[in-house]
Amino acid sequence: MTGMSERNRHLIVLGIGLILLFGLPWVVDVVTLLELTIYIVYALFALSLGFIWGHGGILCFGQAAFFGLGAYTYAVAAINVGESSGPFLLAILLPAAFAALLGAMMFYGRLSDVYLGVITLVVALILFKFVNSTANETYVIGQARLGGFNGIPGFPTLNWPGDPSAPLMPDEMFYLAMGLLIAVYFGLHGLLRSRFGRIVVAIRENELRAELLGYDVRLYKTAVFAIGGGIAGLAGVLFANWGNFVSPGVFGLAQSATAIIWVIVGGLGTLIGPIVGAVLIQFLTTQLGQQSVVNNAFVLGLILVLVVLLLPKGLMPTLGQLFSRGRRK
Amino acid sequence: MDFAVVVIVEILYAVASLALISAGLAVVFGMMRVINLAHGEFLMLGGYSAIVAVKAGINIYVAMLVVAPLVVGILGLIVERLVIRFLYGRMLDTMLATWGLSLLLTGLVTMIFGNTTTGISTPISGYRVGAYQLSGYNLFIIVAGVLVMAGILLTLRYTRVGLIARGAMQSPDMASGLGHNPQRIYMITFTVGAALSGLAGGILAPLTGLTPTTGGLYVAKAFITVISGGAAVVAGTLSSASLFGTITQVVTLSSTPVWGDVAMLIAAVILLRLLPQGITGRFFRRQV
Amino acid sequence: MTLDRRTFLAGSAAASIAATIAGRAMAQGATIDVASIHDLSGIFDAYGKPMEKAMQLAIDEINAAGGLAGKQVKEISYDTQSQIPLYTQFGQQAALKDKVAVVMGGILSASREAIRPTLKRFNTLYFYNTQYEGGVCDRNIFCTGVTPSQSVEALIPYAMSRWGKKAYILAADYNYGQIIAKWVQHYVKMNGGETLQVDFFPLDVSDFGATIAKIQAAKPDFVVSALVGGAHLSFYRQWAAAGMKSRIPMASTTLGVGNEQIVLTKEEGDGILLAYNWSAEIDTPANKAFLAAWAKKFGQADVKEIHELAVATYQGMMLWAAAVKKAGTADRMKVIEALETGLSIEGPGGKITVDPKTHHCTLDVVVMEIKDQKLTVVKQIPQVPPLDTQAVCDLKANPNSNVQHEIKI
Repeated sequence: MTGMSERNRHLIVLGIGLILLFGLPWVVDVVTLLELTIYIVYALFALSLGFIWGHGGILCFGQAAFFGLGAYTYAVAAINVGESSGPFLLAILLPAAFAALLGAMMFYGRLSDVYLGVITLVVALILFKFVNSTANETYVIGQARLGGFNGIPGFPTLNWPGDPSAPLMPDEMFYLAMGLLIAVYFGLHGLLRSRFGRIVVAIRENELRAELLGYDVRLYKTAVFAIGGGIAGLAGVLFANWGNFVSPGVFGLAQSATAIIWVIVGGLGTLIGPIVGAVLIQFLTTQLGQQSVVNNAFVLGLILVLVVLLLPKGLMPTLGQLFSRGRRK
Repeated sequence: MDFAVVVIVEILYAVASLALISAGLAVVFGMMRVINLAHGEFLMLGGYSAIVAVKAGINIYVAMLVVAPLVVGILGLIVERLVIRFLYGRMLDTMLATWGLSLLLTGLVTMIFGNTTTGISTPISGYRVGAYQLSGYNLFIIVAGVLVMAGILLTLRYTRVGLIARGAMQSPDMASGLGHNPQRIYMITFTVGAALSGLAGGILAPLTGLTPTTGGLYVAKAFITVISGGAAVVAGTLSSASLFGTITQVVTLSSTPVWGDVAMLIAAVILLRLLPQGITGRFFRRQV
Repeated sequence: MTLDRRTFLAGSAAASIAATIAGRAMAQGATIDVASIHDLSGIFDAYGKPMEKAMQLAIDEINAAGGLAGKQVKEISYDTQSQIPLYTQFGQQAALKDKVAVVMGGILSASREAIRPTLKRFNTLYFYNTQYEGGVCDRNIFCTGVTPSQSVEALIPYAMSRWGKKAYILAADYNYGQIIAKWVQHYVKMNGGETLQVDFFPLDVSDFGATIAKIQAAKPDFVVSALVGGAHLSFYRQWAAAGMKSRIPMASTTLGVGNEQIVLTKEEGDGILLAYNWSAEIDTPANKAFLAAWAKKFGQADVKEIHELAVATYQGMMLWAAAVKKAGTADRMKVIEALETGLSIEGPGGKITVDPKTHHCTLDVVVMEIKDQKLTVVKQIPQVPPLDTQAVCDLKANPNSNVQHEIKI
């Protein structure tokens, strides 16, 4: 939003975030809090894609690969370890490491746009097909059966650090998720304002020029990709804990596709856009799912087509333009 | 010996069906750099058109080879005029708009036909090769695949229409300077691409249980095949379809269909890593 | 499952708010609430929709006869959209928010396992009315569907007596398919036969060309199919297209529970053997009354939608209702104890008796053959107990058991 200083904008967002964080548990009941928590999880996932795409210029068709890795890593590790702090960290680091490896392979091979997209799509698809076929009892990691299509139900959920007998209650899960969302959001803004962030944006603007100026483009892109993978993994962990269930669908094409839709509708190039897009679309999907007059895939598809045709920049930037135009009058 | 024949037929069938499902997408991507992610739904609609036509009493061959491409071609025309037309040159936006379109079409078909599986049976019976029974329909698909690919190649390479189309794709300004209307050419090309998708969907309808979500199964495979093939329409699709079809079938015959699919995906990753512009970015560069 | 792409979009994990509103709107205590948690849309809706209709029919009959314990019964229906995670979610809701007296639901075995622990944790009674692979040992659940020692035990010896000793097994790749494949191998062996090969297929595989070639190379006497769902239906089509139908006969543990024989043509379906609890042809007063009531409520044209799972759901509801009548209350433990007296009712599929040790049911079994897109009865075996689960589960000795035993071969 031009016309309003960046600092004021950040303060407003922070303010709203904190009000929601501390206020909502008092106002709504537990079941609604659970529903809101899943919106937050999706918003975090959308944020990861929005960051690498809008600011890093990397269109990843398979972001769900990292989301799913985070979810499954947590489930498997929690069953084996029992106490959740280690699994929590592992489930963020493993997707990040995987993203770093995949990114290195792609960026050092000078892959770009469509071809990059296809490889990320294929990798997510490989993970999906593999995990989906692990129903046989021979697929075991430690004590955890991978379960294939059936998924892994009933693993230990997050507990207060160090105390396995004190699992987090739903409202505590909400605090954790919301707090993490706010932290990651401002963390990413801070990152973008640092030297690292400026170089990343420069690369997105004009890769050749950045390279000629002496920066190792491949390294920076890999780092961005890894950070995005880690955040997606974090979202995956929260997702796994929210439903106490993981299944191969977390790696699926639909999951990646939905994330892309969230970012596009919310606004590519901003960080608040993906969050708003995710919450809005998911809310709409839920509401639509309850009536049976019109099929909800139909409505969602229609919205997407209209947004692309009429609001090519996405919701938030367009709103921002309208807002600043209004102010100038 | 018999088993060798079976293997060869199965491989040819896999290549042909990959080529068929990718043909429509390849024409549209190769000629216009438009990635139509509603391609799977065009296939699905081709299938449904064929099934509805057969149930209404139309001969199955007419339903598959005439009704299906006709219906989907018209749909493609409508889509092009209403949506795609505004998004040329914006590859990302076309991808997203067509993605929305695919959701829309899936939802529409679900509303009209419901979610239950439907289908028609194959019109050709089995035949014997030594001790083995094979599906005669596989042969039909192989023939269809060859004819479709040959048709596209011949049209693009040896006819005036094809020449104009290729010229307009390479340089719209020159083409319009010479008196041709690029917008019209794009429109016709997209329509033809959609019709090809419908044709493929109609031909494949007797083989699978068709539901509104069947499109999703095809689009990933088609997408990967086309992108890995590279920019050339026929040469690219044929080369990647041959490669992937062979790998898939060989691995499937040695183990399970899951590993067959995974092997194809791994092959795609390796291929794209080595040839970042697709196969025809490096080989067969001058081919169509 | 890639085919969930669109339905996943449509069914994101956030819970259905309308259902909660419905729950809140209901006055506490004026009715006895029962929850229906089935797939009413998505790829498994052919199974789920008739099951939910059967529940409605049962509730109508119960209410018309005066209700239960002086109250009317009310249905709260959840649509899990063929997505397993929604089972867990709606289970939580039904238990915590709506506080229902009983949940009838779950179709795929994966969906049962996604909801069973949740309902046990929140002390909500659960009826699973789908034929499955057996072995669940949990005091909070009652399983009214046929299990391998009822269905497979009837099917395999009959198939082998007709066709021969060598079997080739195809199964869906998830818990049901994995376990049932073992059971089939067990019964083949017990009857002096040999299993040549077992192949598993994820639920979205629809290209079976290579498999058909492999089956021919193995030269079995018959094929056993435990394939599930719409994509797997292609197998039967491709099998017939290859002309294999007349050369190698087939039996199935899953075909027909969703009336798939109507989707297949005569050429594709004729001759396939099945074994379940119910057939539309059963000539008993109970079955005739059931069919008439269904026609009255949903229309005569809808009668062909009735399948095994719908009947099992109806029988499950009636069983539960009988227990509530016996206990005089819908209180969970009292109802469980009433059922554990070995309660039995007469349903469309025959007499059903609860086995107190396993919470499974003793049922009549019918072996059927598909003919002209209908299921014709070829053999009837009355009152088969659930021996498979009885061998591993004793809820009287271990009332706190909460596992599913899997057969080891």
